[in-house]
Amino acid sequence: MSEHVEHGPRHYVKIYIVLLVLFVVSLIGPEIGIRWLTLITAFGIAVVKALLVASHFMQLNIEKKLIWYVLISMLLACVVFYAGVAPDVMRAEGENWKNTSSLKLIEEHKNYKAESEH
Amino acid sequence: MSFVPDATKRSNTGIMTGKLAVWWIVGSEIVIFGGLLGAYIMMRLKYDFWAEQSAFTNTMAGAINTFILLTSSLFIVLAHHYAEKKDHIRCFIYIWLTIGGALSFLLVKSLEWASEIHHGYTITSHLFWSFYYTAAGVHGLHVIAGAIIMVFISFDVLKQKNLHRVENIGIYWHFVDLVWIFLFPLLYIAK
Repeated sequence: MSEHVEHGPRHYVKIYIVLLVLFVVSLIGPEIGIRWLTLITAFGIAVVKALLVASHFMQLNIEKKLIWYVLISMLLACVVFYAGVAPDVMRAEGENWKNTSSLKLIEEHKNYKAESEH
Repeated sequence: MSFVPDATKRSNTGIMTGKLAVWWIVGSEIVIFGGLLGAYIMMRLKYDFWAEQSAFTNTMAGAINTFILLTSSLFIVLAHHYAEKKDHIRCFIYIWLTIGGALSFLLVKSLEWASEIHHGYTITSHLFWSFYYTAAGVHGLHVIAGAIIMVFISFDVLKQKNLHRVENIGIYWHFVDLVWIFLFPLLYIAK
């Protein structure tokens, strides 16, 4: 069996309660309707919860560094994928090209932003 | 000479071979889900009017499933704790509580999807729903796979065999929970 610091059930239950509290906050925050608050409570708290699960439940806080290197390199691969394709995917036209179906969709919904702000 | 499974020995890294293998699986899953969710984020930022479709996701069902998965994560880490203590009965009970969580998750998801499909929100009705069903569906397949593996491990635990596998399936299960922690705000909260 793996070697690790001895944590009893109480420790895990404490972390679980913290996760539940964060979960409730992440549900309530977006209801207030302020965009930056939604980003912080929904997504920021998701990152905090993920780190708590990873460090305490998956015991990454006492795991060998090799595991961290494996996981971080996989995350970096995702970042490279995103950075590599986002400049093209997130635009509807460029210098020598047009995504006509994308442009059509955006045109059909061009009043969406104006309507949603009213 | 007695036979010792390779998964119980240490590799040159100093980590048990079986555990190292599970971490590699988790690493590969990061790329799978990271790519899928990255693609969704790109499209969602480009087509902000997708909010018209995402308004119809069932946040209550998503919230119930988040609670279920967080609780099942607690159960499996307690199962690991009791496996370390060689308390195979308690370990077995907590593994089956985790499996119960998995089944509850799948039940809620089935009811949720049945309602959405009944209202016409199918995988082909809109690109948002294509992403929604693909991401949640692939995640659901991982839940099913994890539950099946836990069933097999639980019977070994009852015979007091291969207790190290409880930690390994625990790592996998926590990752399934982690993916849902990000899926929930992306699909249910960002409306």
